[in-house]
Amino acid sequence: MNRDKYDIKDIDIAWCPGCGNYSIRKTLMSALVELDIPPEKLVIVSGIGQAAKLPHYIRTNLFDGLHGRALPAATAIKAVNPELAVIAESGEGDMYGEGGNHFIHAIRRNPDITNIVHDNMVYGLTKGQASPTSRRGFKTSVQVDGSQHDPLNPIALAISLGASFVARAFAGDVDQTKELVKKAISHRGYALIDIFQPCVSFNRENTYQWFEENTYYLDGSHDPLDRIGAFQKAIERGKMALGVFYINPGKRTFEDKTGVYELDARPLYMRSESRIEKLSKLIESNRK
Amino acid sequence: MNRATNRIKGEVSIVLCGEAGQGIKTVEYLLTRVLKRAGYNVFATKEYMSRIRGGSNSTEIRVSSNRVAAFVDRIDILIPINRAPIERLRNRMTDQTVVLGEKDTLGDVSRVMDIPFGKLAQDVGGQVYANTVAAGVVTGLLDVEKGILDSYVRQMFSVKDDDVIKRNLAAVAKGCEIGGHLRTSGELVVEMDRPDTPSDELLLNGAEAVSMGAIAGGCNFIFSYPMSPSTGILTFLAQHCRDFGIIVEQAEDEICAINAGLGAWYAGARGMVTTSGGGFALMTEGVSLAGMTETPIVIHVAQRPGPATGLPTRTAQEDLNLVLYSGHGEFPRIILSPGTLQDGFYLTQRAFNLADEFQIPVIILTDQFYMDSHYNFAAPDLSLLQNKACIVETTEAYRRYELSEDGISPRGVPGYGKGFVSVDSDEHDEEGHITEDLSLRTRMVSKRLKKLELIKKAAIAPELVGSDRYEILVLAWGSNRNVICEALSDVGRKDISLLHFKQLYPLHRDVAARLRKASKVVVIENNATGQFANLIKLEAGIDVGKKVLKYDGLPFSKEKIIEALREIE
Repeated sequence: MNRDKYDIKDIDIAWCPGCGNYSIRKTLMSALVELDIPPEKLVIVSGIGQAAKLPHYIRTNLFDGLHGRALPAATAIKAVNPELAVIAESGEGDMYGEGGNHFIHAIRRNPDITNIVHDNMVYGLTKGQASPTSRRGFKTSVQVDGSQHDPLNPIALAISLGASFVARAFAGDVDQTKELVKKAISHRGYALIDIFQPCVSFNRENTYQWFEENTYYLDGSHDPLDRIGAFQKAIERGKMALGVFYINPGKRTFEDKTGVYELDARPLYMRSESRIEKLSKLIESNRK
Repeated sequence: MNRATNRIKGEVSIVLCGEAGQGIKTVEYLLTRVLKRAGYNVFATKEYMSRIRGGSNSTEIRVSSNRVAAFVDRIDILIPINRAPIERLRNRMTDQTVVLGEKDTLGDVSRVMDIPFGKLAQDVGGQVYANTVAAGVVTGLLDVEKGILDSYVRQMFSVKDDDVIKRNLAAVAKGCEIGGHLRTSGELVVEMDRPDTPSDELLLNGAEAVSMGAIAGGCNFIFSYPMSPSTGILTFLAQHCRDFGIIVEQAEDEICAINAGLGAWYAGARGMVTTSGGGFALMTEGVSLAGMTETPIVIHVAQRPGPATGLPTRTAQEDLNLVLYSGHGEFPRIILSPGTLQDGFYLTQRAFNLADEFQIPVIILTDQFYMDSHYNFAAPDLSLLQNKACIVETTEAYRRYELSEDGISPRGVPGYGKGFVSVDSDEHDEEGHITEDLSLRTRMVSKRLKKLELIKKAAIAPELVGSDRYEILVLAWGSNRNVICEALSDVGRKDISLLHFKQLYPLHRDVAARLRKASKVVVIENNATGQFANLIKLEAGIDVGKKVLKYDGLPFSKEKIIEALREIE
């Protein structure tokens, strides 16, 4: 498939020069092309923030909703039409902060969607406040003494919840990120991929160089099916691991659990059968 | 009334009370079904505390030869079960009230017919059977064929042991014997004709009526969070989800519920949310999202007294302003409020089609009294119902927010056709992408508000009950319709008519003219600030002469409305 299928030329992209989002955008388009997913069958659901603008810069169906609320919408979209490929994509403040409760329960529900989180450890669009993943001591105009809290660990959290697929990437490593994104999209069930990226405007600490120096890739010695091992990797001190941490195979997807696809594979909007007969029966049974 | 006997004519109001957990609900279910099957009109409404055990709950069952659908203060027969406290009911007891209960536990009460429920229940097998004994007493008293109650008891307890069924049947038999004896000895006689037509009618409560309406309207998706008194909808749809192919899920919070509902409509389903005022309050950003993205959604709000947690199990009409004004920004919506159970069915079915056609939020406002009250009515004619899906197949040139004459842009869904469907909570261009072109912004606002013209044309007219040559017009909305109808009929003043509003917003174009015809306009509603009266002033320009307000958490009684109507000059 030609990369042009996804590309939009001559658009005004509202990201700062040097932003990690540019790389993620290109990487995502390549991944989609290599997986041969037709744009008309893809829906990208996003919230609010710089990362959440990404679907506007790709040829795709999009539902750019409220801050923190992409996961409920994405779950519903996939549930009512499982033929669509659904990606829920936003920044870490959106997904883990405002949307924290939905993050937890989306993992439990296990819809067959891909959750791409752009993790730059800061709130960019609102100009530089700390985010749930900011390191301790990160100074901002609001966190005047530096962030007082320990960062949220989305990888550990997802593994503790038994998420179907958990991975982390770094936007600066284009090829590795592309492969990880492809794995996440191909995975059947909820797939989290947390992508580290720098915010060149508001985060002078966690730069490209900082990420390069503080990450490493999991190799063949790590077994993604080993949940305890994966959790240990997720909470280890020092350099942060990248790659596929954990796969929890065989979980039923939310679409399967709904029961509406047991006998009929069609998306709901295609089903136009009249309910009059069944409803009449229901009414009859009440009249007795 | 003859001193030696108690004689009740025409209709009877029976109140059963007990602690939570003692099976008041079971008796209510059994009795209403049995009495309806026997050919009587029945109406039942319960009032209950916010707890699972203990306290004091009661259910009022009116049985009549005429149709009944309103709460009355009057208690003809009071049946306290298991030594239940009756203090909360004293203000409704008169010297005509007959009490069937254990005399030595009742204290200072006149007209007690001693029925040792406790002992009778123990004889059969335990305290838990007391409520079935009570059901038996009532059916014996009303001379209902015992076989009818037996068959309902078998059906109701069919999932339990044979032993449990046998004991319940024994309890029924004992109760029937006692009730029958009260009747045949002349000690307590209820004289009522049996119209018979009710026996084949539907017997539903508001929750069931709205749920069936949703099914009729094509609802195939509901995410909701349990909240009194709205949960009945979620439960009903869950129980029938396999039959009708409905996706039912309990959301982690109300914010998930509304956003999931919007995602569902975006991808072509017909989604609904059910909640109460506090839950709706959490959803308001989602309502705003519906308005901005022009995504249809049906939201059922069952009102209860607030603010905040308020009285979780009581009734109110305090959230009109909330559902009318909430959701930041400006965009159209429709608010419906069913009065009869038929309304609940038809309006809900219609709500899905209105939401689809106009691409707006449609809110159905009910309340605890409506949700929990049962009565019999003729089954709806399903052949009259039509659903119109408004989805289009997209072409490559498709633009979701194509500017149009009437403000409505054809709605595509992802995956259906060659085009892309882009919806966006930011202000957007015709394709659905973020824009900061302020002139386009102005046009988009106008586009969204322009839909109001067509929405207003489709408004449901209020129902006039009474003569068209009224002097005084009583305005009411939601569940107060039935009580006012009954009261009007009793009061017999030809100069007063009722205008019942099933659509609160936007108001039908004829409303102002109808109101101007009246020499006086009276509004009856269950809140302290006269929210609907204020809306009438705002939208129809009419000053409301008198407001009859109640906000103690209980429904208006027929007696209270009669008193209010009589007082109107």
